[in-house]
Amino acid sequence: MGAVGDAIRRRRSDLRAGLTGRVLDAGLYAVIIAFVVLLATRVADHGQSYLLQILFFALANGAIYALIALGYTMVYGIIELINFAHGDVFAFGAFLSASLIPVFGMSEGMAWGPLTIFQLLGVFVVTMLGCALLNVGIERVAYRPLRHAPRLAPLITAIGVSFFLEGVMFLWKGPSSIHYPDILPDVGFDIFGAHVDIRELTVWIVSIVLVVALALFTDRTRLGKAMRATAQDRDAAQLMGIDIDRTIAATFFIGALLAGAGGIMYGLSYNTSVFDLGFSAGLVAFTAAVFGGIGNIYGAAIGGLVLGLIRTFWDGYFDSAWSDVMIFAILILVLVFRPTGILGMRVPEK
Amino acid sequence: MRTWFRRVWETDPRRDPNSVVYILLAFFGLTFPIIANVLSGGSPGFLLSVAGDAGVYLLLTLGLNVVVGMAGLLDLGYAAFFAIGAYTYAFIASNHLAVTPLHTALHVPFWIVLIIALFVAASFGVILGAPTLRLRGDYLAIVTLGFGEIVPRVFKNAATWTSGVNGISALDTPVLPFWIQGPWSGDRLEIVQNFKIFDPLAYYVIMLVLVVTCVVLVRNLQNSRMGRAWAAIREDEVAAAAMGVNTVQAKLLAFAIGAAFSGFAGTFYGAKLSLVSPENFGFSVSITVLVMVVLGGMGNIPGVMAGSLLVYYVIFILLPMLPDTATSVANALGLSGLTQSSGDFPGIGEFASRLKFLVFGLILVVVMLVRPEGLLPSRERQQELKKGTHDDTIIEDVQAEVG
Repeated sequence: MGAVGDAIRRRRSDLRAGLTGRVLDAGLYAVIIAFVVLLATRVADHGQSYLLQILFFALANGAIYALIALGYTMVYGIIELINFAHGDVFAFGAFLSASLIPVFGMSEGMAWGPLTIFQLLGVFVVTMLGCALLNVGIERVAYRPLRHAPRLAPLITAIGVSFFLEGVMFLWKGPSSIHYPDILPDVGFDIFGAHVDIRELTVWIVSIVLVVALALFTDRTRLGKAMRATAQDRDAAQLMGIDIDRTIAATFFIGALLAGAGGIMYGLSYNTSVFDLGFSAGLVAFTAAVFGGIGNIYGAAIGGLVLGLIRTFWDGYFDSAWSDVMIFAILILVLVFRPTGILGMRVPEK
Repeated sequence: MRTWFRRVWETDPRRDPNSVVYILLAFFGLTFPIIANVLSGGSPGFLLSVAGDAGVYLLLTLGLNVVVGMAGLLDLGYAAFFAIGAYTYAFIASNHLAVTPLHTALHVPFWIVLIIALFVAASFGVILGAPTLRLRGDYLAIVTLGFGEIVPRVFKNAATWTSGVNGISALDTPVLPFWIQGPWSGDRLEIVQNFKIFDPLAYYVIMLVLVVTCVVLVRNLQNSRMGRAWAAIREDEVAAAAMGVNTVQAKLLAFAIGAAFSGFAGTFYGAKLSLVSPENFGFSVSITVLVMVVLGGMGNIPGVMAGSLLVYYVIFILLPMLPDTATSVANALGLSGLTQSSGDFPGIGEFASRLKFLVFGLILVVVMLVRPEGLLPSRERQQELKKGTHDDTIIEDVQAEVG
């Protein structure tokens, strides 16, 4: 009798959980559908080629957000810290590469030969390594000593480091926005009346290469496995002989490699940068990481793309003053209706 | 009273500095008008006005301490409620509503708006908190961060209602039913009725009264049943729920009380400045208040008060003074060449003002590294930290034995 009662009770609670879950999911879908319908009414007014053009911009923006979001999500996954300084590492990448471009013998309006690709590659490699070393240094100085401190202490040092980096860039180039050398040649092609520029192409190709490389790295290599193990249970990983300090440092290193690449491509696409660029870009990228399910690298990549799409489409079809409000409203709605992010992976409660 | 004195006298300040800090704060608060008078050579208006602004941050810190320090909920969008409080005052205590689609101005007295703003901000806190407080701790931080970004942008963009970037100006001046004038304000001794508050000293006195009231309130809250429930939730939410604490209700109450404090402070801020603008309520305000709480020692009321005053001094007085100081030091050392800009170097004054971010960031990092528990932590927390709350100690022991 008791067993039956238990079974009925369990069945009821399952039903209830399922029902709430379904209602909440329905709410999220309703929001998405509302947005799409709203968009569709506007899309018809502007024509097909405009839509396609916006889509190309959106994919490029989204790829850059995704590259930054990956760093947030990896760091959060492994030490549960919102690394406020990460956005500034991205901005630092833009600043560093702007100074490195002349060093590698490139300038605006120069002729492009087959060797120029290698010069650009040189800028990418040095900038990415520079950002990575910076980030590892930050981790060593500001986060590692506080690993057993109260949870808010590393958050405050993260904010402090963010201010510090902004201060360094402020001191370096002053308060106004700087001009980023426009070195890419003016080539591109047209599809259905929309123009695909070399800038968008570069962003797509580089991001796809980097994200695939990251996925292969975390899935296939020993260090990648160690990172996943540490994220899952740090103590158990340590008992299995994994060097935690090295693994965490590697996470910061890789996250900053991606952010550095993002910084260069931001500069190459928009030809501008400013000392507090990292703050706003960081907030959006962080939103993307949460949107995809924080701690999940595929989620961060998809979240970045989706946020790029939402933001660029909003800017293209609606009043751009409201696009930030839109982004953060989506963030809140996602967390209310589906707290685990769109990929729905559960972050272990620690 | 005597036993109280005895207890305070016999406590070793090295073990429990709280009473000493309270006494110092009270002494400083009461004598500040005199100190300001002496320091400024007879015209203390500016210093008192600055102290009033510091009081606004003190109120904000006390409120955020309830949320972060007592209940352990991380709120990264605290300035949103501050903005809501200030805009509430701007809407219902100025001529502004006449130029909105409503076409009728409201002039509600300051003292009533204080209460209204408190409830308006608390309601927003409940509306935001009710669906999100069931989430894990970090997600609450993110939701509040998003809310904190949304609110100032809405005030900025909804220009038909809020005048957008320009903000709302010429808010009503608070009126006291009566006030004593005397030689300290340059008048003869008399009691004035319906006194309009322009004098910084009057603002200072009101602020002092508000802060003292709030401190008493928060202290009582901390020692109440609800305060113990908050501490239980902060330490272990599952265990608290198992012991019969209604965690959702307790967290919602903490969140709403924090919001109410912020709205309260916002009203005072709007009234004192007589101007509200969306630029004044950005993420940096939320972060500044959070830094005050954590740096002071979260959960410990005198600690966060000291932290608040210290951080306020550094951000709003010390750092803005840097350029002038650097210039005068350079001049005094006979290096006046440094004050001119040459080539890439913008001159030492400008250089020092550009150093601001860097110095503040450095201070945050260094203080947190040296004292991760804050400058004046509560005794419970200090002890927890000494014992070590993390299981890693076991692993370190194992490692020591093995290798």
